[in-house]
Amino acid sequence: MFTSVDDVSARLAETGYLASPAVATTVFLAARLGKPLLVEGPAGVGKTELAKAVAQVAGARLVRLQCYEGVDESRALYEWNHAKQLLRISAGRDESWDETRTDIFSEEFLLPRPLLTAIRGDEPTVLLIDETDKADVEMEGLLLEVLSDFQVTVPELGTVTATRRPFVVLTSNAGRELSEALRRRCLFLHIGFPEEELERRIVRLKVPGLGEALTESVVRVVGALRAMDLRKAPSVAETVDWARTLLALGAGTLDETVVRDTLGVILKHQDDIQKAAAKLDLDAL
Amino acid sequence: MTAVADRIAGLAAALRAHGVRIGTGETVDAARAAEALGLADRELLREGLAATLLHGPGQRALFDAVFDLYFPRGVGGPQDAPRDREALRDRLADALAADDRALMARLAAEAVDGLGGYGSSPGSDGFSAYQTLERLRPQTLLARVRADVRGRGGGGSGSGSGSGSGDGFADRLLDDEIRRRIEEFRRMVGAEARRRVAERRGRDEIARRGVRPTADRVDFLYANRDQLAELRRAVQPLARKLATRLAARRRRAARGTIDLRRTLRSSLSTGGVPMRPVLRRRRPVRPELVLLCDVSGSVSGFSNFTMLLVQALHDQFSKVRVFAFVNRLDEVTGLLGHGRADPDGLGARIRAEATLTGWHGSSDYGMALGEFAERYGGAVGPRTTVFVLGDARTNMSDPNLPAVRELARRARRVYWLNPEPRDRWGTGDSAAPAYAELVEMHECRTARQLSGLIAALLPV
Repeated sequence: MFTSVDDVSARLAETGYLASPAVATTVFLAARLGKPLLVEGPAGVGKTELAKAVAQVAGARLVRLQCYEGVDESRALYEWNHAKQLLRISAGRDESWDETRTDIFSEEFLLPRPLLTAIRGDEPTVLLIDETDKADVEMEGLLLEVLSDFQVTVPELGTVTATRRPFVVLTSNAGRELSEALRRRCLFLHIGFPEEELERRIVRLKVPGLGEALTESVVRVVGALRAMDLRKAPSVAETVDWARTLLALGAGTLDETVVRDTLGVILKHQDDIQKAAAKLDLDAL
Repeated sequence: MTAVADRIAGLAAALRAHGVRIGTGETVDAARAAEALGLADRELLREGLAATLLHGPGQRALFDAVFDLYFPRGVGGPQDAPRDREALRDRLADALAADDRALMARLAAEAVDGLGGYGSSPGSDGFSAYQTLERLRPQTLLARVRADVRGRGGGGSGSGSGSGSGDGFADRLLDDEIRRRIEEFRRMVGAEARRRVAERRGRDEIARRGVRPTADRVDFLYANRDQLAELRRAVQPLARKLATRLAARRRRAARGTIDLRRTLRSSLSTGGVPMRPVLRRRRPVRPELVLLCDVSGSVSGFSNFTMLLVQALHDQFSKVRVFAFVNRLDEVTGLLGHGRADPDGLGARIRAEATLTGWHGSSDYGMALGEFAERYGGAVGPRTTVFVLGDARTNMSDPNLPAVRELARRARRVYWLNPEPRDRWGTGDSAAPAYAELVEMHECRTARQLSGLIAALLPV
């Protein structure tokens, strides 16, 4: 899939995803070793975007399984199309039971869900299992079979093994500790807040209209906010939002009034806003 | 590849010694990663090994320190190191102003080589990060670097040319930024000193003893300020994890036994055949919690952390009341409330706003427990679980065992969490064994132990 780590960075950059060396290295290894990639990090640093970018680069189909509390086998793996099976039974009145039985448990009546879709496909596939921490523990057990052997067992049909291993990305916000067994099977990548230089490049790429001096100030202020121990530190998504806001407001430079008025774009809790305002001396002036 | 394989195996063993769980599978993966990435770029190798060996973000700082020992930047000291302190400070100021990480790393190597060496006979000599930093004093460069950066006109990279007043606002952040750079330099000096010592004393030895353990395995009693701050940041995620564990326990506890009367009653509709057993349902009672915390000197780090953790878990209980004491006792529940929960200033706020000391400043368990029984006896009822946090060192005064006995009688459960190692209980002025006879006492030295105890002991 990729020839080197630099190749990964360069090709991801073409799709508009600027990867840090850690991200590029881990993606390269995941492709090379054929292991799933478990991505953790705060909200808004581009975990899901990474999977999308990899799919685009590899020219692969993106199959997405969005996890939520209560997601189960029939939502994740496969389901029999009961309505259609009933129709088939009532349509073939004169048949013997044996004929009907073998017929209604065939491919035609199977509704593949994301995991099965990703494994059965012949074309290159990126399987994104989003917000794995939201799913229940039982779901993790199901993922273990899929992720270690890339196979799924359907009792009526037999075991389906992947002809072509999908590139698997799992994301998690660490809302719940994922089990050790699942972590073992994956390469682990923690995406934190980017370095200043990388963040400047991201802002430049996403909000090209913003002046160079202003871009730099924005990134510096956000960096200072992150060092402040807030309830929710601003993420890359917030930085970009803020840059867009400043552009829309036509702000030429960053000064007290502008920062005070727009602090709500980057900080989402009232305590945080107060704390940041106090630390940045906004009300003193 | 065998030399590299040995290194990787050594690295994995050192990490295991620090409590990171690494199986053979991961080690094999790490070796395959090293093969795929090559050894040319050290940073790529670092990321690759981290991705294959680690399973969580908490272990990364530990990994980086150990990696620096097993895959060092170089061998020996720099060749052309000048031994002149002032020249080194000048160059460091330039590097800090330009935020040039590579140069800072090189200067750290030179500084350790030139200023950090001690001892002369082989076997007793070595390199000390503390001595290096003490002689170099990078923190005193702040004013100079600030003037330097301002002189260049603008931000860290110097690209904001002609911005003039435009950078006025962001300039306010400059001091903090420079402080962070200096902190980074101190870290580099530490890593370099460890590397040089490891060359003399053997890598495995230093990897086991010289590297700071992850924050959740640091003894509360010996944690420094940074480690305590790191622990405070870990409170929220830890509370979330504990909340899920408690919820799971609650779910399991809700599966009751068969309610015979209601089973028979419902079987009437099926002709007396009990088709559907009815389970006895437990009445959902949210338990009450009372915390008694010794906040004197040495134990305060432990108490503060536990208070924050319990406060973060407050929605699991119908009522949480927190009392702090040194030799007098006062309620501090209000100081922990939401909105006011500035974790950094908690200790100072408690000391400022609550009456905790009488005529002297050392802790007196007997007095404080007696005062609790007297003034707040009503806070403890049959639904209350009480946690006492402290080292049970009474400074030779009366431990007031009757008060504890009375407490144990009235509360549902009483647990005592002691941050001292078990083998020191009862030494000196410790009344731990006497208290342990009356209430259940647990050793609780690290955040890891604490979270295990909380998950197991908290009532559901």
